[in-house]
Amino acid sequence: MAVPAIEFRGVSFARLGRPRILDHFSLTVESGEVLALVGRSGAGKSTLLKLVNRLLLPDEGAVFVEGRDTREWEPIRLRRRVGYVLQDVGLFPHMSVADNVAVVPRLEGWAADRIAPRVHELLELVGLPAQEFATRWPDELSGGQRQRVGVARALAVDPPVLLMDEPFGALDPLTRAELHGEFRRIQSRLRKTVIIVTHDMGEAFALADRVGVLEDGRLIACDRPDVVAASHEPLVRQLLDALPAIPRPSDVVQAFRPADHGGPEGPHYSRKPSLSPRRGSGQAGERPPE
Amino acid sequence: MTRLFSFWLSHRVELASLFGQHVLLVAGSTLVAVALGVPLGIFSARRPRLASPLMAVASIVQTIPSLAMFGFLLPVPFIGGVGARAALVVLILYGLLPIVRTTIAGLRGIDASIREAGVAMGMTPRELLRQVELPLALPSIVAGVRVAAVVGVGSATIAAAIGAGGLGEYIYRGLSMVDTTVILAGAVPAAALALVVDGALLWLEKQLSARRRSRSRRTAVTVAVVVAAVVMLSSAAAARRASGAIVVGSKNFTEQLVLGELLAQAIERDTGLPVDRRLNLGGTLICDRALMTGDIDVYVEYTGTALTAVFHQPVSTEAGAVFDTVRTLYAKTGRTLLPPLGFNNTFAILVRGSEARSRGLRTIDDAARESAHWRAGFGYEFVERPDGYPGLATTYGLRFPDPPRVMDLTLSYRALAAGQVDLIAGDATAGLIKGLDLFQLDDNRHYFPPYDATVVARAATLLRYPQLRAALERLSGRVSAADMRAMNYAADVEHRDVPVIAREFLARTR
Repeated sequence: MAVPAIEFRGVSFARLGRPRILDHFSLTVESGEVLALVGRSGAGKSTLLKLVNRLLLPDEGAVFVEGRDTREWEPIRLRRRVGYVLQDVGLFPHMSVADNVAVVPRLEGWAADRIAPRVHELLELVGLPAQEFATRWPDELSGGQRQRVGVARALAVDPPVLLMDEPFGALDPLTRAELHGEFRRIQSRLRKTVIIVTHDMGEAFALADRVGVLEDGRLIACDRPDVVAASHEPLVRQLLDALPAIPRPSDVVQAFRPADHGGPEGPHYSRKPSLSPRRGSGQAGERPPE
Repeated sequence: MTRLFSFWLSHRVELASLFGQHVLLVAGSTLVAVALGVPLGIFSARRPRLASPLMAVASIVQTIPSLAMFGFLLPVPFIGGVGARAALVVLILYGLLPIVRTTIAGLRGIDASIREAGVAMGMTPRELLRQVELPLALPSIVAGVRVAAVVGVGSATIAAAIGAGGLGEYIYRGLSMVDTTVILAGAVPAAALALVVDGALLWLEKQLSARRRSRSRRTAVTVAVVVAAVVMLSSAAAARRASGAIVVGSKNFTEQLVLGELLAQAIERDTGLPVDRRLNLGGTLICDRALMTGDIDVYVEYTGTALTAVFHQPVSTEAGAVFDTVRTLYAKTGRTLLPPLGFNNTFAILVRGSEARSRGLRTIDDAARESAHWRAGFGYEFVERPDGYPGLATTYGLRFPDPPRVMDLTLSYRALAAGQVDLIAGDATAGLIKGLDLFQLDDNRHYFPPYDATVVARAATLLRYPQLRAALERLSGRVSAADMRAMNYAADVEHRDVPVIAREFLARTR
């Protein structure tokens, strides 16, 4: 079997003077796989991502990216091979949309006549027509558009690995659903290795090939979405019940126009574990109607 | 108002030159403060433990009054002394604080997620600084530069006290002549300059915070071109000083300004050497230090002042002995004392001219007989000095019914003329003696030490330019007390221009 794209081997990590965030944590992410990590705030999700692109180094154990210990990677090289999308996007406010997308290609020293078509291509890929958006400024964009630019920027030099930290967390439900669709479309074309961190189980089920549940620095479940949703592991069940839900778009619509109208995103999208894209034996997660 | 405009009109060449010097001082010091302050701010923004003490020190420096700062720097080699260099150092020190502070604030104000995005995208610290942090902190940094430049325009006026030139020269000249027009002639352009600098940098700041990179780049280029043009124009205006010029200094009161100008014109006329005027230096010790370090080549000192204030010798009343002592002490320190100019700017015991004539008063002895029904008024200094009032009273047996009134020296002349007091101690060469019809009583018991005005020059300069010595010695014995009084009167009372007064005097004595 090929070398896994990302591997955590017995990783422990603690902020100075605080209890451990990760405790002998192990996880393997295969190349081309989308892994969603779910857990409550402070469960160590963001820390996990930062260990991959060497914003942090483990206290114990090791993280391997493309088979190589992050300690052995030259940090700048590593980070340019790993795209990173943050919750608050972190677009550079003093640069236009096109310049934001072109940051890493410029750092890599691409020629201008190679950067321009690439920026154009990326903006089209994330659904922002370059003609209209290339010269705009970040503060002229909506939250969803900014997030799309963030994704385009992370993909600019075609990195094999993409890390997404609560990428759609700050968006309204409709925009979020729309971006989920976009994400699946892009991923079906690019087949990146992706780790998405989220506290929204619905999002995890909508996007991921595998869902990991993180609690107290340990992985208490990690499997296909349907398996996780059906899990009888008490902690997982508890977490699933405790996770925040967002109203299904169809619910919102139905509240005003009863019965005859479904949500725009159809069945992928749901509250809690009641629905999931590849749901098999998901019944255990279903709540009785209230 | 009309007087102000006609003053500017008649002094337009000098005004342009002083304005140029002022702009140059501010622009030069601000540029250096930016070059030092921004890196310092970047450095300390990353080390919070260093930033606080650094800011504390900078704040303390900021609270030192600028005149005191100039004083501290006087004896410091290389950066101190008198002239534009020391002024630049002081202005740079003042400019650093706001620039460092706003650089730190600008860098710290950047959203953590933006910085993290840069790092995560694989920017090296240098790339992050140049492409993200500095552009985002720029509006804040420019705000600091604005504060530094505006404060600099103000502080630079004080730099005239150490001979750095600039618009402060008019202010000091006006203060010493008690002439509001001359003060305004310097203060108004300085205030206008401050407003223009403030407005221009505020505009730049707003342009930059508009987050339009392409536009702000163009803006930055425009501003850079304008600044460069202004600096070049002002350098051209200020670059009067030819290298190898003889530097003439003076203290900061009317008589000294007249004498400084007199020396300068005499040198220019008789030797053809270029002359640089560093007039209006802040006092005896500043002039002495400047002469010692070679910042100036020549100025006029008074023998009694040199004896006590410069060389800390006991008071002596014998003119010849004082001159010899001082000349020897100067010679030991590389300075040459030329023969006296011809007048003694000693204390003058003054009475109203009408009274002197009606009672036939000629000497202080004559006045002592009248003192029982007189009131006396003295300046603060005269009451305290070892060669002041107590000794005078003993020597001449003065017995006033009331203790002398202590008042401002300049006011005491007017108080005497108005009959509020009957006897004062003034300066022998004060123009007001003539202007107010006052009479100087003869010090017939030789109580006062001699204050013979005498040219003192650097020995090295005299050796190098023998014609300089000849030109200066030609003035020896040529300036009488009456001449000096008349020139002071022309400047202080008639408000005539010092260079004109000096030119007319030289024309008369040739």
